[in-house]
Amino acid sequence: MIKIANVSKHYGDFNVLKDCSTTVSKGEVIVVCGPSGSGKSTLIKCVNGLEPFQSGEIIVNGISVGDPKTNLSKLRSHVGMVFQNFELFPHMSITQNLAIAQVKVLGRKQDEAIDKGLKLLDRVGLKAHAHKFPGQLSGGQQQRVAIARALAMDPICMLFDEPTSALDPEMVNEVLDVMTELAQEGMTMMCVTHEMGFARRVADRVIFMDQGAIVEDDSKEAFFANPRSERAQQFLAKILHH
Amino acid sequence: MGYQWNWGVFAQPSATGDDTYFGWMLAGFKMTIGLSLSAWVIALLLGALVGVLRTVPNRVLAGIATAYVELFRNIPLLVQLFIWYFVLPELLPASIGDVYKQSNPVLQQFLASMVCLGLFTSARVAEQVRSGINSLPRGQKNAGLALGFTLPQTYRFVMLPMAFRLVVPPLTSEFLNIFKNSAVCSTIGLLELAAQGRQLVDYTAQPYESFIAVTLAYILINVTVMTLMHKFEKRIAVPGYIGGK
Repeated sequence: MIKIANVSKHYGDFNVLKDCSTTVSKGEVIVVCGPSGSGKSTLIKCVNGLEPFQSGEIIVNGISVGDPKTNLSKLRSHVGMVFQNFELFPHMSITQNLAIAQVKVLGRKQDEAIDKGLKLLDRVGLKAHAHKFPGQLSGGQQQRVAIARALAMDPICMLFDEPTSALDPEMVNEVLDVMTELAQEGMTMMCVTHEMGFARRVADRVIFMDQGAIVEDDSKEAFFANPRSERAQQFLAKILHH
Repeated sequence: MGYQWNWGVFAQPSATGDDTYFGWMLAGFKMTIGLSLSAWVIALLLGALVGVLRTVPNRVLAGIATAYVELFRNIPLLVQLFIWYFVLPELLPASIGDVYKQSNPVLQQFLASMVCLGLFTSARVAEQVRSGINSLPRGQKNAGLALGFTLPQTYRFVMLPMAFRLVVPPLTSEFLNIFKNSAVCSTIGLLELAAQGRQLVDYTAQPYESFIAVTLAYILINVTVMTLMHKFEKRIAVPGYIGGK
């Protein structure tokens, strides 16, 4: 589904990504973790072409992201993305947020798009808020709407860029529950997150990054039981000591 | 002070006989409004376009837009007006220049003033629009693109609706400025409000009355603009955000 091969990216002399390679198969859930500045967010943004990269290749569903001839908009319309800061469109009601891309990008009819959006809104437990605006919802609610908005496009896979880091602690779980449910239904997911409980529960594989390189890429059992690199051991020791 | 106040001067027939002095003031008032509003339309349309271009990734387009802004922002309005009115018609090809120079002089003054004020203000509007776009959270653009919108669609549906809401207050200032700056156009003989005021002094020797009247007329215009823009700002406020309910 997603193949990342020898991807490198640099800003001037600074290497953000160093020769990163991995694959995500259909239905797999991958958690990407690592210290801040390790390049995890950059890597996931390269997958749908929001960040350009200088060398290597990323293939999503058979299409090369780095190829200048690729219609990136079309590719992105099938790849759902959820952001750290939700990024709902503040000037539109929740219903419009859910419907607009379906109408303008996929060419669905307005009624059809609203129906679909409301069904997904119901699924994330927020049907009662359809008429509100993003600024009137809590962070956790906004993030659930953002997930529903991405799902409304019928994505072939979902990218999550630290979806819970901007949330109050008590709202983290409502978002993780939605993500867990999605994983259990067989959605292909690549999640940048520090939620190790979530990784333990639903991930198939864990990727650990440090200083722009993929240091570990292993099954979650192997990663949590016995991380091979010293850096990953330190990282886990620091975040799992509670 | 031996000044003879005479507010009745406005009711007196004017020296040319075809109107009262109040009629002169009214004509100037209408001219100021017509000139400022038509220049404002140019300023808004061009300013929005140039402001957007300053933020696009294409360096050539962004460079052209930057040059435009620097050109019109860095030359004094009065100099620009003289260039439009006195210099530019001479630089046109003779056939077009002659047609222009033989047209109605009031029309010439009005066109030069409208284009000059419009372009001058458009550079300022462009800067406001650009700052509005740049003050949006960076993630908004990514969110639009990630949903499959093209860059123009992302501007149209995601970024501009919020950016314009953010810049309504500074744009209100520019809107007020354009009425005040229009007084500069009296220097090329356009009989707008300030020019009529001065003309009234020449004919009636009642400077206090005439300039008080001019002042009140400008205040009337700008209080109206402020009230309308304030209502507009409330109407487009986004619920749950600054200025919203």
